[in-house]
Amino acid sequence: MARIELKNVRKSYGAIDVIKGVNLDIRSGEFMVFVGPSGCGKSTLLRLISGLEDITSGDMLFDGERVNHLAPSKRGIAMVFQSYALYPHMNVYDNMAFGMKLANTTPEEIRVRVEKAAKMLQIAHLLDRLPKQLSGGQRQRVAIGRAIVRDPRVFLFDEPLSNLDAALRVQTRLEIAKLHHDMNKATMIYVTHDQVEAMTLADRICVLRDGLVEQVGTPAELYESPNSVFVAGFIGSPKMNFLTGKFAEQYNCTTLGIRSEHLSINNTNPVWQGEVVHYENLGSDNYIFVDIGSEEPMIVREDGTVTMDIGTKVGIRPQEHNLHRFDANGKPMKR
Amino acid sequence: MKILKTLAFYLLVLVIVVVSVFPFYYAILTSFKTGTALFEVDYWPTSFSFNNYFSVFQQGEFLRNILNSVFVATMTVALALLMAVTASYALARVRFRGRGLLLMTILAVSMFPQIAVLSGLFEMIRFIGIYNTPWALILSYTIFTLPFTVWVLTTFMRDLPIEIEEAAIVDGATPWQIITKVFLPLMWPALVTTGLLAFIGAWNEFLFALTFTSSNETRTVPVAISLLSGATQYETPWGIIMAASVLVTVPIIILVLIFQRKIVAGLTAGGVKG
Repeated sequence: MARIELKNVRKSYGAIDVIKGVNLDIRSGEFMVFVGPSGCGKSTLLRLISGLEDITSGDMLFDGERVNHLAPSKRGIAMVFQSYALYPHMNVYDNMAFGMKLANTTPEEIRVRVEKAAKMLQIAHLLDRLPKQLSGGQRQRVAIGRAIVRDPRVFLFDEPLSNLDAALRVQTRLEIAKLHHDMNKATMIYVTHDQVEAMTLADRICVLRDGLVEQVGTPAELYESPNSVFVAGFIGSPKMNFLTGKFAEQYNCTTLGIRSEHLSINNTNPVWQGEVVHYENLGSDNYIFVDIGSEEPMIVREDGTVTMDIGTKVGIRPQEHNLHRFDANGKPMKR
Repeated sequence: MKILKTLAFYLLVLVIVVVSVFPFYYAILTSFKTGTALFEVDYWPTSFSFNNYFSVFQQGEFLRNILNSVFVATMTVALALLMAVTASYALARVRFRGRGLLLMTILAVSMFPQIAVLSGLFEMIRFIGIYNTPWALILSYTIFTLPFTVWVLTTFMRDLPIEIEEAAIVDGATPWQIITKVFLPLMWPALVTTGLLAFIGAWNEFLFALTFTSSNETRTVPVAISLLSGATQYETPWGIIMAASVLVTVPIIILVLIFQRKIVAGLTAGGVKG
């Protein structure tokens, strides 16, 4: 339950700058998600917070205390790795107890805490198994359990779901959200490249790009008022439609963004006209791809009951108040 | 055609087995012979006598020699593994300038033939004052075992997932605890293999053992066997030599049999994905 402040934090490997001056305030008890394309520095930033890597310059504060050169174990953090990183030769119980044993916790205390965590994660029946006897999802739970028993100030998750299959990923995502609630709102920092995970889990999302913070805000803030073309394109599925050139000039901007749900097929009063080139019907929604002569076809969300044949000529119309206009620097313009 | 192939395969296997086992078989055969039977070429046991085995222990200090060998080989393995494990952790996991060069240097050391360093090493051992003690052998064997041991363990340690080490760091383990509590249990197969080879190397070594010891009480088994003498100086006691050879091979065979069960492949499975 710590507040973490990053003040102009930089990290360089030789001549290569990976983190180029990050200022960030992670509130106590918050679920913060770092999201961004691969190579943006999100994992590095997490490792800097964990202490596995030292920051090159700047300041890192935990609850106001400077921790720049403090060892990971002294920071009160627990980390869940992408590859689980369980100790292969120890059973589940010893895996979870290892850190406490090193800290000379009494055996009774260890037993109580391991059993409590195991119960919470529903792995109590697996305590004497070896990691190799567990499924991927169970291993990930053990890894999370190992984090819980340490009773840390901050939980760090480094893409914990990316090795799980799709169904398990959704289930574990729910469990992590529940865990955050059950742990009396422990501070959690979660790294992912999957914006759906970010949207569903986060109290606030930090979008990183090329070693810099692009925008920090609640999922709704990022979705509704993205701070740049990059954030607008990164958050939301399907991707926001972007129009440039003469289509954007129509609205006095360089780039015009419209989400698919703010577009509709309208043959009586259309703004743009084009041809249906593709559609993806998910049952509840039907995403219709319309080529209006822009670089990429516009994606229009319609109800799943609306069917369109490829090749049909249609008109589309946006909701004027939900347009995102961006200037030449990719920054948003007033609506 | 298929039968022919299978036949050829097993014929080859048979040849290999005979070639590798025959010398040892003949040693066992000879060790049970006495008198003039020793000089007759037999491929099957004709007579059976334990006389040679009794004589071995009545000659000189054979039991003492065996104990010397055990002590020297064990200490060599223990010292070499201790140093190699810690060195390989540094070489595999700690980034420092000149790491590659250092690794190549270590490898280069093992290229020198024993005879090239013999005189230098002799001077050094005299200087330290451990001539004619087991420590002279332990020192020299460790020097020759370490490069190989360090290389094998470094390669092995490099392949251990880095996340496991990082998890241990987050759990608050010191480098020493990481080595002893996390890495060593995972490195059992490599440790057993290198340890066994180091033991066999030290057990069988002859040149250093001959040079650095001078009295019967400090000699190791290979030298002791070579110095076994018969009733007259013109007689070579083949029967006793063979009995002694068989006796000193037995511990090695037992060791291999014990530890081959410990060499469990895929011990790291399950710790990380996949």
